[in-house]
Amino acid sequence: MSIDVAARLQRGDFILNVEFQAEVGETVAILGPNGSGKSSLLRAISGLLPISAGTITIDGKVVDDHYRQIFVRPEKRGLGVVFQDGALFEHLTVIENVEFGLRSRGMKSASARAAATILAEQFDIGEFAHRHPASLSGGQRQRVAIARALATSPTVLLLDEPTSALDASSKIEVRQLLRSILEKFEGTRVLVTHDPADAHSLADRIIVLEDGRITQSGTISEVTANPRSAYVANLAGTNLISAMSDGDLLRTSEGTVIVASERVSAGEALVAILPSAVAIHAQEPHGSPRNVWRASVKSVDEFAGRLRVHAIGELDLVAEITPAAGAELAIAVGNEYFFSVKATEVHAESR
Amino acid sequence: MFIAALGALLFLLPFIGIALRLPWMRLSEIFGDPETRAALWLSIRSSAMAAALSCFFGAPLAYVLARRAFPGRSVIRALMTLAMVLPPVVGGVALLFTFGRNGFVGARLDEWLGIRLPYSSAGVVLAQTFVAMPFVVVAVESALVRQDTRMEEAARTLGASPLTVLRRITIPTIRPALLAGAALAWARALGEFGATITFAGSFPGRTQTLPLLVYSTLDTDPGAALALSFVLLAVAVVVLGLLRDFWFAGMSDRGKG
Repeated sequence: MSIDVAARLQRGDFILNVEFQAEVGETVAILGPNGSGKSSLLRAISGLLPISAGTITIDGKVVDDHYRQIFVRPEKRGLGVVFQDGALFEHLTVIENVEFGLRSRGMKSASARAAATILAEQFDIGEFAHRHPASLSGGQRQRVAIARALATSPTVLLLDEPTSALDASSKIEVRQLLRSILEKFEGTRVLVTHDPADAHSLADRIIVLEDGRITQSGTISEVTANPRSAYVANLAGTNLISAMSDGDLLRTSEGTVIVASERVSAGEALVAILPSAVAIHAQEPHGSPRNVWRASVKSVDEFAGRLRVHAIGELDLVAEITPAAGAELAIAVGNEYFFSVKATEVHAESR
Repeated sequence: MFIAALGALLFLLPFIGIALRLPWMRLSEIFGDPETRAALWLSIRSSAMAAALSCFFGAPLAYVLARRAFPGRSVIRALMTLAMVLPPVVGGVALLFTFGRNGFVGARLDEWLGIRLPYSSAGVVLAQTFVAMPFVVVAVESALVRQDTRMEEAARTLGASPLTVLRRITIPTIRPALLAGAALAWARALGEFGATITFAGSFPGRTQTLPLLVYSTLDTDPGAALALSFVLLAVAVVVLGLLRDFWFAGMSDRGKG
């Protein structure tokens, strides 16, 4: 009950070239910006898009191999797919949506209805059983979509942007629901998303897809601790700064000095500073930190229970602090603060 | 304002004209006439056949036009539009030189199968289908283009074969458009005049449909022509009423479901 993909897919100018495995019992999130090819990848696994080269294996069975001319049609792959914003059957009622898979596999109408009714109760959509999807809220529609996908007891569950069409409060609700479903689901789970919060709360492992290629993979902390592209750095909030090294000090193009504890050979360098390593002070700090910059707050957002403060000034920075620290400092947009980073927290590499 | 009123009158007055001059007393006599009955019956049968054929061939054609990219697709689309705006008499001429006894298809049909379409009831149906089918194709195609194909993809991943997807997802979602297209096609076939008279002639009992009869009785019996026109008018009103119901049904469906 695993997925093994080594596939190439070409559509016009766009080339998707990926290799990855997802094991039984784990949730893999494929994270990437729009247009990175993550939805095409999910469609290829589902059998909705044949690959141009390579092999896709599900549960040890080859389902798509261009050279060996093997192609198992989507209805024979036995997958559960949750589509972006549901793709519910609008002309059918909620219960007819949920029982659709069972009926398609030839189950008798009465038994399919009985099984679907039990599932609908489990997903708290029983009271809407005889309504049409258009009258449901975004969160309720997504529950129907998940129930429909699970009705046929698939061994692999694929989720395409399951929270992207939802408003903020439904996002949290659906994410919680998904977390409990994914924990109980014993097969392989693959989640495609551009929302790092989905990956954060749902995935055991993430694969970063950019422009049709996998640029990084690992656990979310492994990936964010060592971002290899601006996209990942941005997701993780890591500050990536271009600087020139004179062999001792680092200088940005604006002339701001950055001190790193380890020497960097002279020339162009890339500086990475984790947002959690940035401290914010109301008064100029004294003592150990050797890097202190003045900057004013541009925006503040919340990420995984912490505040992210985006600041512009001598150095443009993202700092991550606790909500308590934020309250104490009375963080507000436009206020100016001192941002400090220990030299040991400055990671610089020549490039 | 004044010009608008004149415009409205242009449409209103002829209807009043029909109603004023309608020989109410003679209606039973007119509709008791065997020639009238034959024309009425032929019109009903042939237009129903034409509407059915338009759906049978037009819906699959619309599906292919909407869902498959193939060379010549835009040519077929253009031909559909052309057939809608073409003067029907030109369509009749084209049919005559294609399916006529000396036409390149008609000659072979005659030679190999002994089928002669011109001046036959089947020819009436062919002429009517020619002018009516584009209405079905255009209505169904636009519905299919608007439809979210992910619904069909979702059905596939749930284990439905392409045929099941067609039956349970595609056809139900385009049903309102198909019905509206069929109603328009039927009304168009019922009123068809130019292509029919050119391709099939006006033989009482065989190819003389109601509009052809109206035209031929206008000189000899204007009263009868008026009465028959009134029947065609009534049919148009009923079709419009039905379409309104479909459209409203479609809207309220969207509202609740």
